[in-house]
Amino acid sequence: MNVQAPGRIGAGEAAPGIEAIDVKPVNKAEDRPLYESRPPIHPKLVHGRFRSIKWAIMAVTLGIYYLLPWLRWDRGAGLPDQAVLFDFAERRFYIFFLEIWPQEIYLLTGVLVFSCLALFLVTAVAGRVWCGYTCPQTVWTDLFIAVERFFEGDRNARIRLDRQPWRAGKIGKKLAKHVTWVVIAVATGGAFVFYFRDAPTLALELLTFQAPTIAYVFVGIFAGTTYLLGGLARDQVCIYMCPWPRIQGAMFDSDSLLVTYRDWRGEPRGPHRHGQTWEGRGDCIDCKQCVVVCPMGIDIRDGPQLECIQCALCIDACDDIMDKVGRPRGLIAYDTFNNMEAEAQGGSAKLRLIRPRTIYYGAALAIVGLLILVGLFARESLEVNVLHDRNPLYVQLSDGGLRNGYTIKVVNKRHGEREMTLGVSGLEDAGVRILGEEGLPRFTAAADDVVSLRVYVTVPPQVAQSLTRESYDIRFTMTDDNSGDVVMHDAVFRAPGE
Amino acid sequence: MATNVERDEATGTETTGHEWDGIKELNTPLPKWWVWVFYATIVWSIAYWIAMPAWPTGGSGTDDYTKGVLGYSQRNVVAEQLTEARTKQAQYIDAIAAADLEQIAADDELLRFSLAGGAAAFGDNCAACHGSGAQGFKGYPNLNDDAWIWGGTLEDIHTTLLYGIRWDEFDDTRFNDMPAYGDGILTPEEIDLVADYVLSLSGQAELSDAQFKEAAEIYAIQCAACHGDEGEGITELGAPNLRDSIWLYGGDKADIVETITHSRAGVMPGWVDRLDPVTIKQLAVYVHSLGGGQ
Repeated sequence: MNVQAPGRIGAGEAAPGIEAIDVKPVNKAEDRPLYESRPPIHPKLVHGRFRSIKWAIMAVTLGIYYLLPWLRWDRGAGLPDQAVLFDFAERRFYIFFLEIWPQEIYLLTGVLVFSCLALFLVTAVAGRVWCGYTCPQTVWTDLFIAVERFFEGDRNARIRLDRQPWRAGKIGKKLAKHVTWVVIAVATGGAFVFYFRDAPTLALELLTFQAPTIAYVFVGIFAGTTYLLGGLARDQVCIYMCPWPRIQGAMFDSDSLLVTYRDWRGEPRGPHRHGQTWEGRGDCIDCKQCVVVCPMGIDIRDGPQLECIQCALCIDACDDIMDKVGRPRGLIAYDTFNNMEAEAQGGSAKLRLIRPRTIYYGAALAIVGLLILVGLFARESLEVNVLHDRNPLYVQLSDGGLRNGYTIKVVNKRHGEREMTLGVSGLEDAGVRILGEEGLPRFTAAADDVVSLRVYVTVPPQVAQSLTRESYDIRFTMTDDNSGDVVMHDAVFRAPGE
Repeated sequence: MATNVERDEATGTETTGHEWDGIKELNTPLPKWWVWVFYATIVWSIAYWIAMPAWPTGGSGTDDYTKGVLGYSQRNVVAEQLTEARTKQAQYIDAIAAADLEQIAADDELLRFSLAGGAAAFGDNCAACHGSGAQGFKGYPNLNDDAWIWGGTLEDIHTTLLYGIRWDEFDDTRFNDMPAYGDGILTPEEIDLVADYVLSLSGQAELSDAQFKEAAEIYAIQCAACHGDEGEGITELGAPNLRDSIWLYGGDKADIVETITHSRAGVMPGWVDRLDPVTIKQLAVYVHSLGGGQ
């Protein structure tokens, strides 16, 4: 069935007062030759619910990124007062009340796995929410497009400008845009380095050219990539560079909420005249507003596609048109494949949030989250590593006794000195001595530092003669003289054997 | 550039105009960004030749190459780093030079610096004979244990390090000379008997009363002067203790018979003319720390 628009609709109109735009979805997969320079996309500004959400998320994420390094957090004297600081020089990571040592970097693995699973869960429930709203590529591209729009006007003005010859006015607008982009890019790189060194100090150093070279290098790298990816490459990053669009297909199922064109409602499409009946035709008036606002240069009506980041701007655009032509909103909406099927048959929409896939992801997420918390709060404030001498494994003494040598490293993560006494158990009459300590095997674990001890464990002749195996398990105990806290570490005592 | 570009009918792609047996080559160029990166690497390499050391200029010396306008040289970098390291070490080296061994061992910082430096010097100079862990081999003493033929105090170890053992070049070298009793001094039977007697000192052999009496007599005449009446050894003479469980040349009867018959005379070089005084002090402190120090 093919409904033709009656002659009353003006040329270039989809409905009275609504422009039918001649726009080609340049990133439509089948129309996209491999050997062609990128056709420019001029996304039109749209107003609506999802655009507002996106502005809000942009404000929050950029706000956090740029301002977080400036947040102060009192940790007491002698310690940095920056709330979030990754101090590589001193080998400490400070995240609010947490202080992470390099030995605890496994926590980072946990955080990465957690983030990964969270991404899986969100994708299973509501599609590419990450891509559409919070991915830095999306946020910065959105920001750069906003800047472009500020200087060059909205879609039509930008297209006109691009066609104009290079005159003073055009050069001025383009220059203003690129300068602003560069400023944003440098600020992005600048904000990045503040996470690794005291922000106020480094800001002053950067401005007076006193900062370490590496700071400038990283500002440069991040400024360059921000300008390149956000300003110039834009949609190409998502389509050609990013692996995630290829992976996310595995997380969707028929119950995932995706930005969808309800073709059962929209087709057959065609221009519509005011007062004309809606019987026998679809709600889509083929105005192509959904294509015009799309930052990815695709037509959502072609169905789910890899190029779609599901930013939902086409929903806002279409809802606006539906209001104008007096049809219900939601021709393009978040919907699931199953719902689409049911609705096409006249059934009602049903959302299944709890299903095996979301339960698996949710459970895995909970387990990893729990493990991170356990790892975080079960951290020892005194970490001990025992290294048995490899050469010689044991030393025979002149009286027939046996001695083993060890290097013991004690990491004291407290900000106070600790007096400790070393002991050993597991072998009868075994004596322990710390090199350089007369008398009792005591040592001082300096505050927030690592101490390395040379330790000898000796057994007397009668015990040595009874050792028939080559290896015996022993246990070192370190007792805090003041608090009585005991830290233990297992080790072995080597003997010649039979 | 061809002005009249032919397009392949089937694919719509431009052809290069090259044709073989009716088959035309399609022109599918590399992406522009790739080509520009390639050009950039060429520019980079030419700039690199100019800026950095690059081309040999003939000659056989170490200096025959284009230096590059930046004047970079890895040799110079190493030399600078060495100088810098020496400057940083200077305060410790000066302190060690001025201090005596006991003071070094008692000072935390100097001790740590000496152990690190001593371990490195040990690996370079001593490990060949004494082993990388100073565990020793037959004829080369284990420095981890508590048996010291020439004494195991810091001062004793330092002296041994300075002048060596039986090292002809120095008058101060440690020296003794056990006779080879097989050269007509004792008969093989007597040597066998003395070996059993030596083993009996540490309870490893039984002798009959008659044998014991005869062996004790030989020992008293031939051995006791150096090894002591009870076989306890005399450090000043470098005569080992025969009662303990540590045997430099092996503690089996056959080993002991061989030692008595042919004697033993291990040699250790003196280091006073090879290493600087600070390194030798560091070595003494390090060896003493291995666990055997007295």
